[in-house]
Amino acid sequence: MVALMAEILHTYGPLLAKATLLHFIYVMSSVAIGFAVGLAAGVLLSRIPKYSGIVLPVISIFQTIPGLVFMGLLFLWIGMTPLTVIIALTIYAMFPVMKNTYTGILSVDGKYVEAAKGCGMTPFQTLYKVELPLAMPTIIAGLRMAAIYTISWAVLASMIGLGGLGDFIYQGTSSNNNLLILLGAVPAALMAVLIGEGIDLLQKRVTPRGLRKGASS
Amino acid sequence: MIQFEHVKKKYGDRTILNDLNFTIEDGTFVILIGPSGCGKTTTLKTINRLIEPDSGTIYIDGKDISKEDKVELRRHIGYVIQQIGLFPNMTVAENICVVPRMLKYSDEECAKIAKEMLGMVKMEQYADKYPSELSGGQQQRIGVLRALAASPPIVLMDEPFGALDPVTRELLQDEVMEIQKKLGKTIIFVTHDMDEALKMADVIIFMNKGQVLQMASPEEMLENPADELVMNFLGKNTQDNGRPTTVEAFMRSNVYKVNIKKGILECAEKMARNCVDTLIVVDDENRYQGTISIGDIRRWGSTVKRIEPLVRQQMRTVQVGEDAKASFDHLLDTGDNYVVVLNEDRTVAGIITKTSVALSVAKDLWGGGAHG
Repeated sequence: MVALMAEILHTYGPLLAKATLLHFIYVMSSVAIGFAVGLAAGVLLSRIPKYSGIVLPVISIFQTIPGLVFMGLLFLWIGMTPLTVIIALTIYAMFPVMKNTYTGILSVDGKYVEAAKGCGMTPFQTLYKVELPLAMPTIIAGLRMAAIYTISWAVLASMIGLGGLGDFIYQGTSSNNNLLILLGAVPAALMAVLIGEGIDLLQKRVTPRGLRKGASS
Repeated sequence: MIQFEHVKKKYGDRTILNDLNFTIEDGTFVILIGPSGCGKTTTLKTINRLIEPDSGTIYIDGKDISKEDKVELRRHIGYVIQQIGLFPNMTVAENICVVPRMLKYSDEECAKIAKEMLGMVKMEQYADKYPSELSGGQQQRIGVLRALAASPPIVLMDEPFGALDPVTRELLQDEVMEIQKKLGKTIIFVTHDMDEALKMADVIIFMNKGQVLQMASPEEMLENPADELVMNFLGKNTQDNGRPTTVEAFMRSNVYKVNIKKGILECAEKMARNCVDTLIVVDDENRYQGTISIGDIRRWGSTVKRIEPLVRQQMRTVQVGEDAKASFDHLLDTGDNYVVVLNEDRTVAGIITKTSVALSVAKDLWGGGAHG
């Protein structure tokens, strides 16, 4: 068993490390950009809740386009560069963040907003002193969803020849080699668990202390 | 000084404020009261421009507030809402200092204000707690302090104690009155509770259908209510000659009864279950037969099987429609626990207990006290 592991590592080690790193870079960059854009879009949308009735359904239709199709289209348009992967993943990562930001802000109890206004807060102060902190747990839940999804979608990068852990998985499935499939799937799964844990930690830190007790009681 | 001049507001076809004209002097405690939908809360919110009137002008110290910056205006008017609305992501001290911070007070000043404010309601030890760690009454105390922190000359309160239990509410009323006297604030306070209004107000503004029905001191309003609606609101606080005085107005109708044919054990068990020491005995038609006491059951219970021989008839009975006073006198004179009230067909209508007497006395005192 140990000998087998050693042999596998010897054969695939450098390739696997490279693929994992590339996968990780795809995920981190697109989730980071997607989070920033999604947060901004969600905040903007929450300022005009009237239009969310149009915007959100349109976006959910867009979201049902299979990742593979979308990436293929971008590939035709932009070409075979990592940018294609990052743009595609960013757009998919953006949706959950945007949706959760929007619902998180709208579900902040009206009494806090009224109190904030009554205290003489400007709309911007109300947003960043009251609404965003109170919506933060929901927003971070959206980030978690985005990150986990993106890890699995990043496998698609391999379909347009741009590497990542997908290389192992597709080679494995096409050559019926279970070992290769596992070599791609296990690191991806581990990455999902670790990033998920990391975001849970973040979640705890950004939840205002006054809310943590309220949520548990 | 706050002046309303021809202030009007409509939502669609519904007139909310219909030509309001009044003046509030500095340092007075003004209460806006009236039936729901009368426009009292809307009136309050026009003062800090959370609601803008369609026409008319509101002046504060001679300045037209519609010409001032909204945000700046609100920072100089305290605001307390019924749902309290303390920011759950901020500590008590941070909540109190929200407005001072926006007005760019220094950290030291803010710390000093928080301490002073908390000292006023003896809650210094709560400075670093979060609102969720406080009781409702404590939270609303902080809500009031938050409104006062930047020492605004005017404080608006929108049914601030409506959601609190009666005891806490009384305490907070006292505290707010004390603070108002001490700091000389102009407080405008919305409530639908006339007791609260009579207790706290210097001036009561009674509104209905977007208009001021009467603006007067509590004393004046009690003496000369403007119309029937005001009188109804004053309710128990005015001398009320039409108040019921018959026995059924004071009786308790859910009484524990037992059928005369029941056995001793069943009867004793029923007493134990309901924590009473006597039961009213009735026949199959629910007609009054007498009473049975636990004492008699203890003494004679082993010698008889059924309760019938132990039933006594010396408890005083009265008919529905009789004046309650005689029954009260009887209860107080004899020390009996209750008087049985019977319907005309001798079925049991209820009982009058000493609690009923207390209720009646309280009503008399209350009505007389508020009036005089």
